Amino acid sequence: MVRQVKQPPIRVLIAKPGLDGHDRGAKIVARALRDAGMEVIYAGLRQTPEAIVQAAIEEDVDLVGVSILSGAHMALIPRIVQLLKRERASDIPVFAGGIIPDEDARRLKKLGVRAIFGPGASLEEIVTTARTLAGRST
Amino acid sequence: MKGTARLPNAAQAVRRGDRRALARLITAVENGDRNAEPALRALYPFTGHAQIIGITGPLGVGKSSVINELIAHLRGLGRTVAVLAVDPSSPFSGGSVLGDRIRLDRAPEDSGVFIRSMASRGHAGGVAIATRASVRLLEAAGFDIVLVETVGSGQVDVEIRDVATTSVVVLVPHLGDEVQTLKAGLFEIADVFCVNKSDLPGAERAEKHLTDLAGTGRPRNGWTARIVATSTSPPCGIDRLWEAIAAHEAFLDAGGRRSEEERRRLAKEIAGRVRDRVGERILEDPALHGLVDRVIARTLDPETAARELYAERFPPR
Ligand SMILES: Nc1nc2c(ncn2[C@@H]2O[C@H](COP(=O)(O)OP(=O)(O)OP(=O)(O)O)[C@@H](O)[C@H]2O)c(=O)[nH]1
Ligand SMILES: [Mg+2]
Repeated sequence: MVRQVKQPPIRVLIAKPGLDGHDRGAKIVARALRDAGMEVIYAGLRQTPEAIVQAAIEEDVDLVGVSILSGAHMALIPRIVQLLKRERASDIPVFAGGIIPDEDARRLKKLGVRAIFGPGASLEEIVTTARTLAGRST
Repeated sequence: MKGTARLPNAAQAVRRGDRRALARLITAVENGDRNAEPALRALYPFTGHAQIIGITGPLGVGKSSVINELIAHLRGLGRTVAVLAVDPSSPFSGGSVLGDRIRLDRAPEDSGVFIRSMASRGHAGGVAIATRASVRLLEAAGFDIVLVETVGSGQVDVEIRDVATTSVVVLVPHLGDEVQTLKAGLFEIADVFCVNKSDLPGAERAEKHLTDLAGTGRPRNGWTARIVATSTSPPCGIDRLWEAIAAHEAFLDAGGRRSEEERRRLAKEIAGRVRDRVGERILEDPALHGLVDRVIARTLDPETAARELYAERFPPR
């Protein structure tokens, strides 16, 4: 039987927590990651941090991307990181995208968020970072 | 990189209800990782007790939405539920976006639900094998019911009847659907028809049409397909949908059909696994290449070549 000829695809969960209903950005990123050969699990709108962490574990993803525009990032993202820790799953890296002021970005990174992308970030940059975070360079 | 399945610890962890261990084993199965085999072997005796319900139908008819409502209904009945959503994948890049994940308003700590999506692309050993093995893992983890969502329009090579104990075909009340149903062969596989989006016009007509078809059609193995109208916004008919599924499950038990069906499925699965291996062997067979040369030169046709090679490798006893 042919077995594992090539590396299995990177699995990534894209989540859009918070109450605002704009997931254009999240969807564009999801598509870019897919086009780069990843399996993207799209968590859908308005998920709670609990549901996102639950999904990350059940889907056995290599990383979690969180998109936030609502300004609630300082409430939601640390909660996701904290819950992952509680589930002994803090080996799953978290990255975030959206409108996040520099000051907050610094604090989030300190809390363990591995990468943060502002609205100006290129898709290429996001894909490359995602690969690295998943432990696959090149 | 994610750890490969460490075993037989992994099997023990799955039995203990360790969700992460379960998730990782499913990944290993998807990747055709041979390290998962000891765990699969160790867990196999714990399978065979779950009801495996296939939920299939064309794109966008509301399969995930119906599953969402079914989960809520079943949790209300105290049953535990796992979902395996097998999604189509992008043919272009090898990647895939696995739909909106089934959106649950479940209690975050509810360990009675487990939801997993699986891309239908390029798993070593094939989707059908990965699907079956994943379902078994979910069974061994102790879930009472496993719901398997597949897109049924002929593109996906999971034959839901080879996995599920009850197959539900979801349709919507649109003109022309009836014809498509028959074309796609969905009629043959349905134990239960779910006419979803019954809040839209035409639902009654579709339901009646299907009822007529089911009435005139030959009952398969003594079971006549049931037709249930549902809607998920607002939820309606979900209890009746489950009743119809449960009725089919009871039918399987009553007539001894369950073990007959299981025998059919397992025989087909084992034969398929053997066929895969034989195929691999033949591909490496030096005699094959000699034959291919002659087929290319047009001095031999493919069917005769196959017969020759088959007769040589599998001589009649
Ligand atoms: N009007 C109406 N819309 C519905 C109903 N159920 C689902 N939908 C809508 O139909 C669309 C598709 O729903 P899904 O549940 O994702 O359908 P699906 O069959 O799982 O889709 P795929 O997995 O992509 O094939 C969504 O926009 C739903 O909101 C219903 O009962 N009535
Ligand atoms: Mg779906």
